Amino acid sequence: MIAEAGLAALWLAAALAGLQLMLGWTGLRHQRDDMLAAVRPVAVIQAVLTLLAFALLIWLFLRVDLSVALVAANDHSEKPWLYKFAGTWGNHEGSMLMWVTILAVAGAAVALLERRLDDRTLTATLSAQAAIGLGFYAFLLFASNPFARLDPAPPEGQGLNPLLQDPGLAFHPPTLYLGYVGLSVAFSFAVGALVTRNVGPSFARAMRPWVLGAWILLTLGITAGSYWAYYELGWGGWWFWDPVENASLMPWLAATALLHSVTVLATRDGLRAWTVMLAVVAFSMSMVGTFLVRSGILTSVHAFAVDPRRGTFILALLAIYIGGALALFAARVGTVREGSRFDPVSREGALVINNLLLTAVLGIVLVGTLYPLVVESMTGEKLSVGPPYFNAAAGPLALVLMAVMAVGPLLRWRRDELRNLGRRLAIPIAIAIASLAGVLLLAPGIRILPFLGLVLALGVGAASLAPLWKRNLRRTPLFIWGMVIAHLGIAVSLAGMASESAFTQERLVASRLGEAQQVGPYNIKLDSVMPIAGPNWTAIEGTVTAVRGGHSFALKPQARAFWAPPTETNESAIQTVWDGQLYVVLGRADEQGRWQLRLWWKPFVTLIWAGGAMVAIGGALALLGRLARERRTAMREAWA
Amino acid sequence: MKAKHQRLVLVLLAVAAMIGAALLAMSALKDQAAYFYTPSDAAHDRVEPGKAVRLGGMVANKSIAHDPDGVTTRFVVTDGQTTVPVRFTGITPDLFKENSGVVAEGSFAPDGSFVATNILAKHDERYMPPQVAGSMHKSESLEK
Repeated sequence: MIAEAGLAALWLAAALAGLQLMLGWTGLRHQRDDMLAAVRPVAVIQAVLTLLAFALLIWLFLRVDLSVALVAANDHSEKPWLYKFAGTWGNHEGSMLMWVTILAVAGAAVALLERRLDDRTLTATLSAQAAIGLGFYAFLLFASNPFARLDPAPPEGQGLNPLLQDPGLAFHPPTLYLGYVGLSVAFSFAVGALVTRNVGPSFARAMRPWVLGAWILLTLGITAGSYWAYYELGWGGWWFWDPVENASLMPWLAATALLHSVTVLATRDGLRAWTVMLAVVAFSMSMVGTFLVRSGILTSVHAFAVDPRRGTFILALLAIYIGGALALFAARVGTVREGSRFDPVSREGALVINNLLLTAVLGIVLVGTLYPLVVESMTGEKLSVGPPYFNAAAGPLALVLMAVMAVGPLLRWRRDELRNLGRRLAIPIAIAIASLAGVLLLAPGIRILPFLGLVLALGVGAASLAPLWKRNLRRTPLFIWGMVIAHLGIAVSLAGMASESAFTQERLVASRLGEAQQVGPYNIKLDSVMPIAGPNWTAIEGTVTAVRGGHSFALKPQARAFWAPPTETNESAIQTVWDGQLYVVLGRADEQGRWQLRLWWKPFVTLIWAGGAMVAIGGALALLGRLARERRTAMREAWA
Repeated sequence: MKAKHQRLVLVLLAVAAMIGAALLAMSALKDQAAYFYTPSDAAHDRVEPGKAVRLGGMVANKSIAHDPDGVTTRFVVTDGQTTVPVRFTGITPDLFKENSGVVAEGSFAPDGSFVATNILAKHDERYMPPQVAGSMHKSESLEK
């Protein structure tokens, strides 16, 4: 009954999305205010129904109702409850339902909270949101129904991929999806503003909190995902340029560009058409990303052969939404009036360069991600594009981007003199030169990219604090703090990346019990290897003692064997200290009773994720600051 | 500068940046894309030594041997017609065994042997990384 109720709720929600689109469309065409007034409530009810369907699916997973095909294929009665719960979205159908749920809830939030936009633009926005929703409801209902029954029900479920059985699953995908789908609101705002020919600062101010919010969540999601891959895969790497990772990076790059251009539009009324274009691109990247990951089309064209309906459906949806939005853009871009002008040397000028560079990096990542797919579908030849390509092509641009990030906030709006800039940058440049000498002295023979990374990180870090220089810190607005902290976070993260790639020490050894190894500042000894058991796995667990200058601690890496489904995973053991992380992986034993150990000493690697968290915190401060200021202005206007 | 001119300059800059990025991407792709080879492909195409490629096939029967250092593994990859000796230093995946599929990432040495930096073995049928699944598909058809 629960599954049928969920399916019914989904059908109803889809029908309401259709109604919402129709009401908005005809209401706008024929100036029918009664129809327009109904759009908001319909959007809210649609969200409630979708939320209900999603809650019912979670309930089915928690109860392990094996008569539902999706539950039988992914759930298992012996799984800890957290993974039963999070396993709801650890599969294609469930995650698509989560996607649609967030889409509908975001639409409802716009309907309930948005009061700044005029009614017509808002209605057009909600209609656009409904149009997106409609396509995804169709995709769920016709090509990936999460509530399909299985008859006869199997005695036990097949379980969840052990690599996913980690607390990260409860946090990482929902955060990322919230970010992806938050960008749908920006997309809908852009479409709405194009439809009603209302592209201007008021539209930008309405869109900005949504862009910021989505961007914060994307930042958190990517940071968390990177750390998850780092400790779960046991490969010691934190970013693999894997297509799935790129799929989350591309919307982030577009959202970062959009975030900056929407600020220009909101405060200086410039970059109108470009901002609308970026909003379309950002959500297009979200959709491309989601589908690349969820359909499997990316890495293997054979996925089409497995379920041709799904693949074709996906391509059709992408073509309709991206093509439709671009066509609307092309038709209406002429009606977007020229915004105000600015000098090349100005804050706006720097932000334009920031946007161009971000878009170029986005293009490089997109090309590298899609190239294998295109080649395979055209010639049948298989190839993979990996870190050498991405580092070589995107790395230099990213470093230039950092330099622009350091300079931009120190420029005045509209026009500025290069001379003044030199004065404001004197201290950061001095710090960069000092660090250049310092790095050359302390670490000769360091490779060029990490070297530039370290120097830039220090210089950019100093420069990102410069906007606070000579300011009364207590009276500095919250969003300035936000910007400073976010930019500083980028520098911190860059420092971590450069340090990790330049100074990591790795040892791979076959060790007898009691034998000592040296890695970095640590002396490491494998004390014992014991079998242990968990809720749905057994493992061999090594006990490793690490000693450094009289202090010692124990690490317990495991090699786990899950029985549902039968898979083995390596659980690395990681110890964080103030100046880095010690990372230990236990391999297998050889005939002589020696155990393979993989040991890493990674100085300051934690800065990578700490920086990511700082970026997100900076974003949150900026969001709070903007909202608070808007509320104050609104109250003042209400009094006047 | 007139408004129209400014817009034009912006558009030109954007186009130039995009073309530059595309050229950069294309040249990097030409050098860096790692192709997938079976031992026969590799023998036929004479892959340049040192170029990053993937080698896929079956681990030949009774070919796995361990060096005395305990962390270096040697084995032979075969596709039924040609064989390539492979050396790998590291922890091999759990399902790496003789007579089953394997994909080795790395490069050829001048003597025609293969030095692997990473080994992707066949995981549980359902949980293979898609990229591996694609490559494995090719070597699996050899299995039959």
